[in-house]
Amino acid sequence: MDFQTFVFFFLSAILIFAALRVITSRNPVYAVLHLILAFFTCGGIWALLQAEFLAIAIILVYVGAVMVLFLFVVMMLDINVDRLREGFWNYLPLGAILGILMVVEMGLVLGQKYFQVPAAGAVLPAGVSNTREIAVEMFTNFVYPFELASIVLLVGMVAAIVLTYRGPKASKNTNPNKQVFVKAKDRVRVLQMPVEKD
Amino acid sequence: MFDHFVVPKLMPAAPEIFLATMALLILFIDLVVKDSRRSLTYLATQGTLLALLVWRGAPYLAAIAGNNPEALSEVSEIVYTFSNMFVLDLMADLLKLFLYATVMVVLFYSRNYLLDRETLNKGEYYVLTLFATLGMMVMISANHFVTIYIGLELLSLSLYAMVAMNRDSVVSTEAAMKYFVLGALASGFLLYGMSMIYGATGTLEITGVSERLMGGNVNKGVLIFGLVFLVAGLAFKLGVVPFHMWIPDVYHGAPTSVTLLIGSAPKLAAFAIVMRLLVNGLITLAVDWQQMLIVLSVLSMAIGNLAAIAQTNLKRMLAYSAISHMGFMLLGITTGVLSVPGGMLDARPALNAYSSAMFYVIAYVLMTAGTFGMILMMARAGFEADELDDFKGLNQRSPWFAGIMLMLMFSMAGVPFFVGFFAKFSVLEAVVASGQYWLAIVAVLFSLIGAFYYLRVVKLMYFDAPTNPAPLEAGMDMRILISANGLAVALFGIFPQTIMSLCAYALLRSL
Repeated sequence: MDFQTFVFFFLSAILIFAALRVITSRNPVYAVLHLILAFFTCGGIWALLQAEFLAIAIILVYVGAVMVLFLFVVMMLDINVDRLREGFWNYLPLGAILGILMVVEMGLVLGQKYFQVPAAGAVLPAGVSNTREIAVEMFTNFVYPFELASIVLLVGMVAAIVLTYRGPKASKNTNPNKQVFVKAKDRVRVLQMPVEKD
Repeated sequence: MFDHFVVPKLMPAAPEIFLATMALLILFIDLVVKDSRRSLTYLATQGTLLALLVWRGAPYLAAIAGNNPEALSEVSEIVYTFSNMFVLDLMADLLKLFLYATVMVVLFYSRNYLLDRETLNKGEYYVLTLFATLGMMVMISANHFVTIYIGLELLSLSLYAMVAMNRDSVVSTEAAMKYFVLGALASGFLLYGMSMIYGATGTLEITGVSERLMGGNVNKGVLIFGLVFLVAGLAFKLGVVPFHMWIPDVYHGAPTSVTLLIGSAPKLAAFAIVMRLLVNGLITLAVDWQQMLIVLSVLSMAIGNLAAIAQTNLKRMLAYSAISHMGFMLLGITTGVLSVPGGMLDARPALNAYSSAMFYVIAYVLMTAGTFGMILMMARAGFEADELDDFKGLNQRSPWFAGIMLMLMFSMAGVPFFVGFFAKFSVLEAVVASGQYWLAIVAVLFSLIGAFYYLRVVKLMYFDAPTNPAPLEAGMDMRILISANGLAVALFGIFPQTIMSLCAYALLRSL
């Protein structure tokens, strides 16, 4: 086993462990943190496959932006894990049968020789840059889906706004400028009251 | 580096580009107009769709009026552009025409319903509808796995948001959540299937896939494995059993105007991607996917029709009816290719089978638009009119509209001489021609069971006393369009030949 193979199996083991922890951990924050670990090791495996652009993109985009946001959301929501787990044992038999069936079938197909690509065939010739190739494809042959993807993002933005925006609210901000220049007579109203006599 | 790159032809995709531009423009206009001028957004949306309809529909009108298909020769050439990611053929053009018309009618029916409901009547509603339409157009014209996926996501994302727009309603929010989660799962299935087929053939282009398959030397195991996931993903999107769980909840929970949109136009697009993926791309595997589709189809007809009987809510009933109709439509697709002894494929019945399925989808969209239009017409502020009991005694309240609803229900049930009958008839003809008599018998049997719940609506309208005897109130424009829709169901039932031959001609020039 050469060093590359060792790194691959090492990263894969961490990936599988992290993915399992995502669905088994009781604390949603731990689950999210393990998901980050899973993405990170996934990026490592892609780097091993010489897809350095995708490796950096998944770490920057997923770990750096999406998951951090997700972590904040999870921390802010008070998720009751026990409620989520209600009915787990009721659904387990059917779920387990379907799951095992899928795993066995997938194992049979994916275990075929077809998917065992020889490592030597997967080496890029020198001077070919993965990032450059992706960029060229994206802006030439894939320009149509690329533009459409931008519209999908716009729809996401419009949808988020329409679902959360509830019209302008009366602002309760304080204006520091006015606060500084405030005078005593603006705040205290002195009333003249006749003394009440018994 | 870029020497080999030529700027793609933009003209074939002109409708898409026009619609996208207009949607962005309307989004901006809606941002600056005052609330009192908000109907400008609606008018601009309808104007955009009308412009597309007139622009693309003119040659068809000339061809039908002059009764010469030669007038279509200009639009009937298959054009690929954007590095073969986009295809414009007669099937795409025709389906898009029906799409524009459907979305226009849907928006028209929804207008008063939206005006009565403040949370829904926002400019974004119309903009999202336009983006959903764009997504459907992309799906219809897709010749590449990536384009199919992006179009599907554009459609779904817009629809998720529209279902959830009634955000203070728990039912709507739950429906949106279910739709979103199951839709994401389905997209995952579809993508996994696509990636497997990519792994087996080495190309994402649909015509390329079919060429590689014709050339042979492709790993069959991997291909079938991908196909299973692909069919599962498509079944989710079509809403056929066992991937139908989202349909009743979404139809029921969504605001009726959104249900109308979900239940009508996307079926055209779903039909198109089934044709593109399975027929254009994987026709050599037809025997395999036909078996899968037969199972889905029979199950859908059984569960759809039986579960619809138990419903008391009209929207839920129509949801189960949609499941059974989609199952029936799939029957047409399952009979296109026969396996002849000796391992050969016989694709002679293909044209007949696929055009019957296309006619079925178009007829279904026409009927379903009318039925939901009736619910929308009867709904008022604070009253949804979506319970079966709300239709009690409609005959006393408005004999004319009870008659229209009667025609729509008869047509859905497949009573002779309405368009639904000819749709069912042409599919059954294709099934019988393929020699699968048992399948035809099963289909007829379940249609008969299905007739029960359609006729129950008729019984409620004509033989029960109304809960609210007040005469039906509706605007004149709404009355005219609903009447036209109902009469079209009858008219195309008597003269189905125009649309049927148009479908057959479109598929002849496209496949």
